[in-house]
Amino acid sequence: MNGDRDSGGGPERPAGAPSQEPAPKAVPAVDSRLIVREEGLRGYVGEFRRKMRSGELGSLPVVVAIAVIWTVFGSLDSTFLSAQNLSDLSQQIVGTGMIAVGIVFVLLLGEIDLSVGSVSGLCAAIFAVLNVLNGMNEWLALLVAVAGGAAVGLIHGFFFAKVGVPAFVVTLAGNLFWNGLMLQVLGTSGTVNIPSESIVAKLYSTIFHSPATAYVAAGVGVGLFLLASLQDARRRQAAHVPFRPFGEIVLRTVVIAAIAFVAAYILNQYQGLPLPLLIFLILLVLLDFVLRRTRYGRQIFAVGGNIEGARRAGISVPFVRMSVFTVSGTMAAIGGLFLAGQIQSASQTSGGGNLLMNVIAAAVIGGTSLFGGRGSVWSALLGALVIGSIQSGMNIMGVSNAVQFMITGAVLLAAVVVDSLSRRSQKAAGRA
Amino acid sequence: MPETPVLSLRGISKRFGAVQALSGFDLEVNAGEVVALVGDNGAGKSTAIKAIAGVNPPDEGVIEWQGRRVSINRPHDAQNLGIATVYQDLALCDNLDVVGNLFLGRELRRFGVLDEVRMEQRSRELLHTLSIRIPSVRIPVASLSGGQRQTVAIARSLVGDPKVVLLDEPTAALGVEQTAEVLDLVERLREHGLGTILISHNMVDVMAVADRIAVLRLGRNNGFFDKRSTSTEEIISAITGATESAVTRRQARIREERQARGEEEP
Ligand SMILES: Nc1ncnc2c1ncn2[C@@H]1O[C@H](COP(=O)(O)OP(=O)(O)OP(=O)(O)O)[C@@H](O)[C@H]1O
Ligand SMILES: [Mg+2]
Repeated sequence: MNGDRDSGGGPERPAGAPSQEPAPKAVPAVDSRLIVREEGLRGYVGEFRRKMRSGELGSLPVVVAIAVIWTVFGSLDSTFLSAQNLSDLSQQIVGTGMIAVGIVFVLLLGEIDLSVGSVSGLCAAIFAVLNVLNGMNEWLALLVAVAGGAAVGLIHGFFFAKVGVPAFVVTLAGNLFWNGLMLQVLGTSGTVNIPSESIVAKLYSTIFHSPATAYVAAGVGVGLFLLASLQDARRRQAAHVPFRPFGEIVLRTVVIAAIAFVAAYILNQYQGLPLPLLIFLILLVLLDFVLRRTRYGRQIFAVGGNIEGARRAGISVPFVRMSVFTVSGTMAAIGGLFLAGQIQSASQTSGGGNLLMNVIAAAVIGGTSLFGGRGSVWSALLGALVIGSIQSGMNIMGVSNAVQFMITGAVLLAAVVVDSLSRRSQKAAGRA
Repeated sequence: MPETPVLSLRGISKRFGAVQALSGFDLEVNAGEVVALVGDNGAGKSTAIKAIAGVNPPDEGVIEWQGRRVSINRPHDAQNLGIATVYQDLALCDNLDVVGNLFLGRELRRFGVLDEVRMEQRSRELLHTLSIRIPSVRIPVASLSGGQRQTVAIARSLVGDPKVVLLDEPTAALGVEQTAEVLDLVERLREHGLGTILISHNMVDVMAVADRIAVLRLGRNNGFFDKRSTSTEEIISAITGATESAVTRRQARIREERQARGEEEP
């Protein structure tokens, strides 16, 4: 789930490594001093401990954080872990999570986008004004709003990549500018209500009530994962490169299946699978594929790792930068529309408050490094889940906004500390 | 020589602020020829390499590729012509694994998707021929030793079937065995009809594999030598500009002596 499928990251295992490699010379390509993993469960434990020591934390801290948060709030108030609350939570995290996906892309370059809050508000306002006030076709208005977010991102990218203004400054200026434009677009009314039968409201509120839908979705996801893993292992075996042993594939599939079907079961205990969650998950799978399986994704990681190295490898660094900021603007627009659908209005406060802080926190808490070149879109889901859980839990407990802000701030700091420390120990262990 | 050189530079100049790093630099490389480019630290060797590779395009001068005038303004242009470069600073992406670095910019694809299996397979073969030992082709290059990183950078230059290979001090960090492998590799490049420019401070290596030796001194050509009719001493004096430096050394000595006398009798 956290981006290290396909044996990336870990050392090769003798379990799957064919020994009949064509060897014109007696020199093995792989160092004999390499610490190789033992087979079976002991091997897993050993590798796990080694990874922990060398700072390859992956998504472990965030999974632990979610477990702790759920345990604490669950024991303080039983309604927190009720099917209804968890189902609501799965809808509430989508807006933040979508915007955080864009932030993940930007963080992979080692940059930051401080404008996504305003951009999300602006795009919600564009939709509301075009569709609700001016009666434009709702799909067209949706398209214009998303295209507007993309254009805003492209503008940021242009000033950053072509003019050379630091991204932090461009997007800080953008934050104010687009907020102003949003107020202008909303005009005197200030608030535009989005009717509940509007496409944007329905995208957020639709739930597939038939229990079969959630189970089928879980089954399809798990099935695709299993097929892809098996196919990959088979090709690797045929090509005589290390591959994941069958037992390990089964184990991973079982873990993923357990998570997917338990989630489906809980959602079905309430009303069923929410549409926004399904859209979010599909988008995550697609973007994860783009980042890890396409040339473009490889270019993003390369620029995040070594700009000059990427340039010398023939990669167009300005193109990568502009496109990544365009992705960020687009995701901010999509997230903004989901947030508008949630509250069924676009108002002067849209995209304001602590939204910007929350989405950056979500990306970092989820395990994407602030230092560039390391991360995965799944951190947007995990991080949004942490932030959303804290907010939901504190709302149930009746904790004031003041305390919520402080706790969210502290969690963000903790995530950044974990990131910095793990980077330090990765350096010490020669992995950064 | 009747054949047209695969790569020829004429009158290349490059200025960095107040430093004229290269002025009027000429160089020719034929197919199947190894040209060593030597010179002291700061002579402008890497600048020349980067001008050819499109990293820092020259201010003035002509680059001809197979007799045709070309302009190389970006690394991409050089790659498209068939020029592969191993940079002195390696220019690897620390966060990518060995396979990712080897194929960066020329990834193998299958149905438009990265073909990790075939890239991994080719990576292992390539590294094998250079007899490099690394923990795994799937670990980030940050965790490799200096020499291992250098071998990865060399292997990378061989990925895309180049016609000319530029090697900027490729053996600086390598052990005895790996240096021998790289020199073997340079000879194999020559056998396969590739043109090679090799930068090295090691005269033994230079004399072992080079066909011609171009000396660069303070950003200018300071002689071309044929390996068969040259001695190492001749090249070294061209590198250091022996006559000139003898003069300066003498002047420095006289100055020192005067100062010493001045201190003895106050
Ligand atoms: N990017 C740059 N900016 C400013 N000056 C530079 C730059 N690159 C090189 N120089 C200057 O150009 C001159 C030549 O440098 P170059 O790197 O080509 O030397 P070199 O022959 O490769 O030396 P070495 O053997 O130490 O690698 C030096 O005086 C250096 O300071
Ligand atoms: Mg140099």
